[in-house]
Amino acid sequence: MTYRPGQRVRVAARAHEGHHRTPGYLKGRTGTVERVHAAFRNPETRAYGAEGLPEQRLYLVGFAQRDLWPDYRGHADDRIYADVFEHWLEEAE
Amino acid sequence: MQPARVTIAPVERAVHDRGGWPTEAPIDRSEHELADWELLTDALAGALTRRGLLNVDQLRRGIESMAPDEYERASYYERWLFSIETALTEQGVLAAGELDARLAP
Amino acid sequence: MSEHDHDHAPITNGDEPAAAARVRALEALLVERGVIAREDVRQGIDWLVSRSPADGARLVARAWVDPAFRQRLLADARAAALELGLDPGPSPVVVAVENTEAVHHMVVCTLCSCYPRALLGPPPDWYKSLAYRSRAVSDPRGVLGEFGVVLDDDVELRVLDSTADIRYLVVPRRPPGSEALSEDELATLVTRDAMIGVAQPAAPAAVES
Repeated sequence: MTYRPGQRVRVAARAHEGHHRTPGYLKGRTGTVERVHAAFRNPETRAYGAEGLPEQRLYLVGFAQRDLWPDYRGHADDRIYADVFEHWLEEAE
Repeated sequence: MQPARVTIAPVERAVHDRGGWPTEAPIDRSEHELADWELLTDALAGALTRRGLLNVDQLRRGIESMAPDEYERASYYERWLFSIETALTEQGVLAAGELDARLAP
Repeated sequence: MSEHDHDHAPITNGDEPAAAARVRALEALLVERGVIAREDVRQGIDWLVSRSPADGARLVARAWVDPAFRQRLLADARAAALELGLDPGPSPVVVAVENTEAVHHMVVCTLCSCYPRALLGPPPDWYKSLAYRSRAVSDPRGVLGEFGVVLDDDVELRVLDSTADIRYLVVPRRPPGSEALSEDELATLVTRDAMIGVAQPAAPAAVES
């Protein structure tokens, strides 16, 4: 499915053998879609010599730092954003 | 100011996946100009990419396949070189051990 | 250190790691086999050494003086770079994010070293370091403090982790007291570190008129 700016999404918590671009510190976390980027070739298969098709949509997803780090030293409104592929996202409440 | 003491989410991480990795280390801000061999390594990756023998995802994957202690010990372009050799060996452009043999005195 | 005749290829000296000789041997082998051309490698080196923060600074300075350009830069930094005749680099998408009185941005690549090299030059060692890649996301205010940046109390800090095909460039705030400066003079205030988000631009007093 295609997600929309402002939509709450959760990053899949799955372990993935081999190359992938979803950072561990975001797996299982819930954030908000900030931007909808274009679709790009899938690095997970391109990394092994395949074409990386079909392309996967990429989303800039924002997270509250206080949701990520129990001891976060910063402001309550501080945020972190990462580009996450569609197949790593799920709808969240 | 004390750096944050962080805990990591329980999903297993590969050695390159560093966001929030526990560390109190200050940032070493010293810089160095790229050495000739480093520029060469970078440009070699580019040339191989233009020939269709490498892409950025393969380069990253090869780097990530290093043994964790080697990854942490290696310099940035040493990692690139490891990955370039991995890719070329996988594709049969380089025979295993061939480069070592060429370098042997 | 011995002197080198500059007509010869560089001689490996004791200060270089084993990788230096190794990559030279690899290049020689690949050129011999016709896998790559030496000229292709040379062009790659030439491009790399031609890169510096100057092009990024031009984008920022133009955005500071031209509000319509600023909008175009924020909408599509790659197109904005092309508009000024700059090389935006191989990334298909470059996004410029703007610092305001309410928001400060900082960029990292926790997984490797993704960086807008065409516009900023090669990334500094610290950007690629394990410590920065770890703490820029979990302790960004601590990292900023090490870089000498203390944000005002009401400023929200946004860290961007460049995990995929997008490259990010920070548009820092125009320094107060810079109203009389020309676009070229403004560009000299825009540092690489300000476009990564770990520094503020230089103050106008630094410019010699």
